[in-house]
Order: sequence, then structure tokens, then C-alpha cells
Amino acid sequence: MTSEYGGQETWQKDLYKLLRSNEVELFCYVPDGGHKTLINESIADPKVISVPLTTEEEGVAMCAGAHLGGTKSVLLMQSSGVGNCVNMFALLKNGQFPFVTIVTMRGEFGEMNPWQVPMGQGVQPIVEAMGMHCLRAETPEEVSTTTQAALDMAYKSNQSVAVLLTQKLIGAKPF
Amino acid sequence: MSNTRSLDRKSAVPAVVGNPDDFLIICGLAGASKDIAHLTNDGDNIFTMAGAMGGATAMGLGLALSRPDKKVLVVTGDGELLMNVGTLATVGILKPANLSILCVDNGHYGETGYQESHTQRGVDLNLIAQGSAIPITRTIDSEDQISEARQLLRDSNGASFILLRVNTEPPPSIKRSMDATERKIAFRKALLGNA
Repeated sequence: MTSEYGGQETWQKDLYKLLRSNEVELFCYVPDGGHKTLINESIADPKVISVPLTTEEEGVAMCAGAHLGGTKSVLLMQSSGVGNCVNMFALLKNGQFPFVTIVTMRGEFGEMNPWQVPMGQGVQPIVEAMGMHCLRAETPEEVSTTTQAALDMAYKSNQSVAVLLTQKLIGAKPF
Repeated sequence: MSNTRSLDRKSAVPAVVGNPDDFLIICGLAGASKDIAHLTNDGDNIFTMAGAMGGATAMGLGLALSRPDKKVLVVTGDGELLMNVGTLATVGILKPANLSILCVDNGHYGETGYQESHTQRGVDLNLIAQGSAIPITRTIDSEDQISEARQLLRDSNGASFILLRVNTEPPPSIKRSMDATERKIAFRKALLGNA
């Protein structure tokens, strides 16, 4: 089916392949329209564990726990979820845990829902204030290279990285 | 449910846990971390916290999913669990058979001056765990239940949740490492070698 906003299905499937080729085996998510293809790919893949969360901060702690066991993971969330994670990011910084979150952005380019704007505008300063790197993907071509950079920074340099899938990339949602 | 809180955590937690070497252990901040650091002499099979409140159960869940070959124990307190009690629902949908949660419930926020927690005022975390579809749940508030609890933590018939009701006697004193990076490295080295 055609995605309801943005022509994202092709690059989302490529992104899933990239994560799997990097041996990511745990996918934590809060349901999100922008991540729909990625989430469904993870649910359909018998070789990974796909976990719906009640709040995004659970995913931060889960990813840290998975690293203690030797498993690579990713947290998929929307920009509003970043606000739910802030204190849990302290665990990542204190423990120098490798961490990658892929964030679909709201509240920026062309946003039509004013409730999304405050947290969308807060994402980058908040993430950076908590000691994480913030990488933005503006075009479909940038998604894979940016995510690969994030995975390398995380799993080779023990960094925490947020990849922002910008609203210019995914399009403004009409609700 | 009886409202007794007669058990002392300093004896009850070690009795329920038994040999801590049987587990990989994730500990929530404050009392639970002190209980287990004291029991293990800050061992390399434990990861304790002094912050990230509300994260212990989720961290244990991530570890349990990563290592189905190991028994993972989360030890936390009522206040820490209440901060992210929704995580019990996430445990409940996955039901990892190698995950057990021990909530040391003293009904108070011991680190901040022993203010009453919600569990002292009628909230029952065991019922919340049951309602979250965790398959094995028990409330333990007397000595004669402890051996059953120790066994339940070790059974692998499904995820388990033990609510251990204790009095307000403080946790043991222990000087533990607060360096989460050093503890992470030690934990991974003990579990994974030099990975």
C-alpha cells in the first residue's frame, strides 16, 4: 500500500536491510506512522526480536541491557518520544553505552499539528545537551549513509547517536 | 492481602535470592542496589544504578532477551518500579522465561527521607504484575514463604514477579563503584570475554 505520507517504503526497506547487515537484532519501538515499514519488517523477521514499548524510555534501558548481553539494538521513535527519554539518557552517558535511535521528526518542515511543534523543536538541543550526537537525514539518499555512520560511531566508538529522519524527508503528515 | 511488613530486607533479600552466582542481576537505584552489591561484594555479574530511576526492569528485559541462555534477575524497589510501572506490561507481552523480577517493597522512598510510597497507601504491585500478564506472581511477607520464592526465581516456566514486603529497616552499607562505565566493562568481560 502507498504510505499515507511521504514515499518512504523503498528507503525504509533499504534501511531495514542496512540495520540487519550490521547485525542489529533487537528493535524497540513505540508505534509510529513514519516508522511503519521498518516496524513491520522487524515484526515479520523471525531472526530479530521486535518489542513494542509503553514509553520510549523503556527502550533506552532495554538497549543498554541488550548491550550488556552482547546484542546490537535500535530504538525507533517519533520526536515526541525523545522528551520521554531524557533522564534515561543519563544511563547511556554514565555507562558510555553504544546506542542508536532513529527518530522520525514532527514539528518542523511543513507541520500542520501545532501540538507537535514544541517537542519537535526541542529534539536536537535536548539530545545534544544529554551528550549524544545528532545526525540529520534530509533526503532518501542520506538515510543509509547517515545510519551507517551512527552505527559505526555507536558500536566502534561507544557513542550515543540520534538519527533524525527529518520532516523534509518523510513529509508533513496531514493530521 | 495482609498488611504486615515484618521482614527485614537485610536477611530477607539474601534468603530469597540464594546463591547470586545463579543470575545475571540488574539492580534499581538506592536500596536494591545496596542489597545486591552487599550480597555479591559488588560482583561482576551485577549492574547497579544510582540514577536512571525506572529503568531497571527494562534493562533486565533487554539483557534477558539478549541472553536466553542465562537466568536474569531484576532487583528493584517499589519507588523505582512505580516510576515506570508500564514496563511490567512490556514484560507481560514477551514473558521471557529467563527473567525474574524481585521488588523489595518497603512502602517508602528510603533515599529521600522515608516518605510513604503508593504501596504504603493501598497500591498492590503484585496485582499490577498479574494484570500485566506476567505468568508467575507472588507476594512474600513471612519467613515461611521464602523458600518458595527462592525456587520461583529459579524456575524457567515463564517470567516471574516476586513482591517482597519488608519493614523500613535500612539496606546494608556498602561502598560500591558508581562508575557505570567501569562496571559495564567488567560485566561484559565476565559474561562475554573480551567482546
